[in-house]
Amino acid sequence: MHAFANPTRFLKLATAIQPWAIGLCILCFAVGIPMALVFSPPDYQQGETVRIMYVHVPSAWMGLFAYGVMAAGSASYLIWRHPVANMIAKASAPIGAMFTALCLLTGMLWGEPMWGTPWVWDARLTSMLVLFFLYLGYMALGDAFDSPEQGDKAAAILALVGSVNLPIIKFSVDWWNSLHQPSIFSMAGVSVDTAMLAPLFLMVGAFQFYYVVVVFMRVRAQVLAAKVRAARLMRAA
Amino acid sequence: MKSFLTLIGRDLRLSIKHRADTIMVAGFFAITVILFPFGIGPEPGVLERVGAGILWVTALLACLLSLDHLFSDDEHDGTLDLLLTAPVAPTTVVAAKITAHWLTTGLPLTLLAPILGVALQMPSESTAPMILALLIGTPTLSLIGAVGAALTLGARRRGVLLPLVILPLYIPVLIFGVGAIDTSGMGFDAGGLFAVLGGFLLMAAALCPWAAAVALRLASE
Repeated sequence: MHAFANPTRFLKLATAIQPWAIGLCILCFAVGIPMALVFSPPDYQQGETVRIMYVHVPSAWMGLFAYGVMAAGSASYLIWRHPVANMIAKASAPIGAMFTALCLLTGMLWGEPMWGTPWVWDARLTSMLVLFFLYLGYMALGDAFDSPEQGDKAAAILALVGSVNLPIIKFSVDWWNSLHQPSIFSMAGVSVDTAMLAPLFLMVGAFQFYYVVVVFMRVRAQVLAAKVRAARLMRAA
Repeated sequence: MKSFLTLIGRDLRLSIKHRADTIMVAGFFAITVILFPFGIGPEPGVLERVGAGILWVTALLACLLSLDHLFSDDEHDGTLDLLLTAPVAPTTVVAAKITAHWLTTGLPLTLLAPILGVALQMPSESTAPMILALLIGTPTLSLIGAVGAALTLGARRRGVLLPLVILPLYIPVLIFGVGAIDTSGMGFDAGGLFAVLGGFLLMAAALCPWAAAVALRLASE
């Protein structure tokens, strides 16, 4: 892992992976979207609205996943001063925030016809909303200092403090009586038919590869911005 | 331990000297709570129902106001650097400052709450649970708040940033604090909710002084 603390070496790896990630992302979307929106069967209870799930579940997963990456990256930045880990953490924040917002929005669109209300203040929804605010706080704190390094460190600590929220979100449907559906993956096995599971997995894969593509793009932009800044300082000096 | 008590003593003496700060926070708490009967209307049923929530939300905001100068006063006059280089663990310094902060904000708010509860026409059965919930809950607010205050030390637009960083982390305390008061006010057993509040306090007491100390060290680098 420490071999990739060098941004140039990391970018070389990222450049090699990028076309594959783009290809797999397009492939998953190309197969997944028609399967999810047209060819998969409607639910016997929910009817056609079940198709919202194919966007909702992957974006919820990505909201949590991006925060996990952000927390892990922040930890390795604070412990080993790993610069690329911090760049990945910073790149993950806006993507994770957008996925969390997408998850909340699709959930509201689905809740309106199914629960009769777009929003209830139960544990799953509330903790997801808190996650969204944690993302906002992370981004705001990182930008609030005159020295970028101090902002990075403060935001990294906040990311770690906020990671307490992740297990709460995951287990909120088991710990409290929630209106939200329990997880379809449990110790007892999967509670969804393959005809729905296949498009769901394809959509999760598509979102996951999309995340990889965008994170690499953002890290590249950060490296280039740092180089531009260094060059300007050199010229000024 | 001795240095811990000495530091608390120092902060308490300072806050007696600047007692206007404590009085202003308590005054903010009282005035904001009193606004609600005017805003919502003085019908007993309505106020009774939302009283616990009003008290908690206002206590959160009052606590937030006082956090602004938790570390910044010591940072401005250089005391913070001395404290952090002193032969005392930074966590001890932070823990002492948090304790003093609670004694000068959380405790007065807790003592003030029953009186304001009368103004909100809350049932007398919920007075004891209200004091207990605030006694367990407000130290957690000081602990979490100290992390936020340490993280935002030296940041631009700190006044807006601090709520954005801290309030999401306050939400669990708010949920269970209001739940504990309401549940016992309705005559049910709220032991579990108090236990969760206590759990938050223990978890925050274990993690927050440490996180705030790391943040302070980074800020003073």
